[in-house]
Order: sequence, then C-alpha cells, then structure tokens
Amino acid sequence: MADFDSELDASGLNCPLPILRAKKTLAPMEVGQVLHIIATDPGSVKDFEAFAKQTGNELMESKEEGGKFHFLIKKA
Amino acid sequence: MQEKKLAIIATKGSLDWAYPPFILASTASALGYETEIFFTFYGLQLLKKQLALEVTPLGNPGMPMPMSMDKWFPVMLTALPGMQGMMTSMMKKKMASKGVASLEELRELCQEAEVRLIACQMTVDLFDMPTSEFIDGIEYAGAARFFEFAGESDICLYI
Repeated sequence: MADFDSELDASGLNCPLPILRAKKTLAPMEVGQVLHIIATDPGSVKDFEAFAKQTGNELMESKEEGGKFHFLIKKA
Repeated sequence: MQEKKLAIIATKGSLDWAYPPFILASTASALGYETEIFFTFYGLQLLKKQLALEVTPLGNPGMPMPMSMDKWFPVMLTALPGMQGMMTSMMKKKMASKGVASLEELRELCQEAEVRLIACQMTVDLFDMPTSEFIDGIEYAGAARFFEFAGESDICLYI
C-alpha cells in the first residue's frame, strides 16, 4: 500500500457513516494529500467508488485484506 | 462542478421511517449536494429534541421478527400492549450492534453539513406543538417555501 497522510478507521460502522467520516476527515486536508480508510462494511466498496466519482477526489486504491476493506483517496 | 440539489419531504414519524431522510440527506451533502428536508405531519416528530420514536410490527408483514416470532405469533398478538415497546428496544439494540448510526447522530451530522431543516408551520399549529420542544437551527415555513427550493432541485423525494 502506498504512503498516506491521514488515516481513518471506520471499522464496525455501517452505511452511511464511513462516507460521512471520510468527508469530514478530508475537509481540513491539503489538495494532493492521501487518506487511508479502513472499513468493515462490504457496501463501502461501491460507496467509495461512487463517492470518488461524484466528489472528484481520486480513489487510488481499493482492496480487501484480512477481512477489512482498505481505500486510498487523494484529495482533489 | 455545479452543485446538485436534493429536496426531501419527510412525512413519517416512526423509528424505521426516520432513517431514510437523514441517511440520504447526510450522504447527499457529503457528495456535495445542497440539501433541504421539509418535515410535515408526523415527520415533525423527527425534529423533537427528545426523540421518542418507535417501530411497530402491527400491520407490517415485511418486518423481520427476531427468533422467528412471526412463525408462531398470530398477527393479532402484535397488537398486545407492550409489543411495540419491545420491538422498538430490540430494533435499537440490533442497529447499535450492526454499527448503524443513531438518529440523533445522523441528524447532528445533517446539521453540521448545513442540510436545511424546515418544519411545516401549518402542522405545528394544527397539533399545537410547542416550538420549544424542537431542536435549534430549524426554519418554520409553508408549502410555497418548499417549492422555492424543490422547483430548482435535481432530485425530489417524498418519504
């Protein structure tokens, strides 16, 4: 997994909380910085794709590892 | 990117029906939508400071019952006193155990994200609801106010 600037552990949270927390965590970050999100909600895979597409932030990586979902989002 | 707009009318005052307006509004605002919810009739219960929302199995054949209760409980028994309170507390426990946000939390997230919450003035008057029982930061207005925003919206939902 590539480097990141901030990390958000949204494990155990269900829709729409991972997205809402991600949005909040991204807000004070600088353009170009990368946020690493960890989630357990299987719905978050499609949700983060949709989030990136609609907000313009780039979803650099999305993978499952050890029963958890990991996302890297670069702030636009 | 031009900001999209979402307009929602919330008309129901039960625990289960309170979720869709707040989930959709908070998510939409996270996606960059400008969002407004107009609360009318029973939907006004969702704006009370103290939320006392319940869920009822009565007349709701789609509601999954714990421990296969629906298999051996005749429909009529779901009308028994105490049943609604029991189902409500079971539902709340289930939601908490699955990491579903509480309504208070979702509502707060909506307000933080500047979702505009509008209470139907006519309903407030009709039911003599004291405005001191409602949360701060809401607006009181009528149907014309709703259309001012809804007419410009990209998505309009009646819940």
